[in-house]
Amino acid sequence: MMDRQAAMRLYLAVGCGAAIGSLTRFLSGYVIVSLLGLNALWSTAFVNVVGSWIIMAFATLTGPDGRMMVGAASRNFVMAGFCGGLTTFSAMSLDTFILLFEGDLPLAATYLISVVGLSLAAAWLGYLMASRLNRLPADR
Amino acid sequence: MKAMTLVACALVLIGGFLGGISRFFLSGVVGRGVGETFPWGTLAVNVSGALAIGALAGAARAVGGIFASDLVRDLIVVGLFGGYTTVSSFCLQTLNLALDGEGRLAAFNVVASSVLCVLFVALGFWAVVWVAGPATGPAG
Repeated sequence: MMDRQAAMRLYLAVGCGAAIGSLTRFLSGYVIVSLLGLNALWSTAFVNVVGSWIIMAFATLTGPDGRMMVGAASRNFVMAGFCGGLTTFSAMSLDTFILLFEGDLPLAATYLISVVGLSLAAAWLGYLMASRLNRLPADR
Repeated sequence: MKAMTLVACALVLIGGFLGGISRFFLSGVVGRGVGETFPWGTLAVNVSGALAIGALAGAARAVGGIFASDLVRDLIVVGLFGGYTTVSSFCLQTLNLALDGEGRLAAFNVVASSVLCVLFVALGFWAVVWVAGPATGPAG
């Protein structure tokens, strides 16, 4: 059983990471939609793909065979916190539902399958890249 | 889209913080309750977040007012629900299942998460629209 103070530290790390991740998602949405003039679907797709790459690369680098040593709080700050806050399943599901509601079944299906597929592919790529880094000989 | 404001950023930070710790808490409780082999915790988080965002979209459409305001959008939709739900943990756990040779469970997680989340957005949306009365505004 984790002691109270350690649990508080974990929750604080996750909360702060999620706050920063959510703000990053909000700001990247502003850049993609308001500044670049792209459809809002692209901003949700972007954060989900990038967040999935980061979480798998970081998890692999800091895992049991990884070459980076970080504590539980730091690991959760990045993974459950920042990546969890950056990515969003709710906005992706709502986007899909609105497309269905408007009667655009082909775009709804294409959107959901592409974002989920690309996020999984990005996570896989993050795993491959980090595994490669892990296998490099140590600096000294 | 309206201009970016500091108030909007603060609302997203607060919502994201609360969403992140709620996700960490619920996925932990579910994981400890039913075991960590299959990521039921993340599935429960994403499905409940989908129901909530669908209900709020229904309220924005059928009731309008505060439910359709920028305050609710920034604090609740972008911050709280966006920070609560996650694609990154979903990808991490799906890949880990696949890497552990549990390809069928990984595929099940992908299909179940995608289908259930869109279904629960629809459920939340139609339940609120049905209770609150005829639709007035745009979806979402």
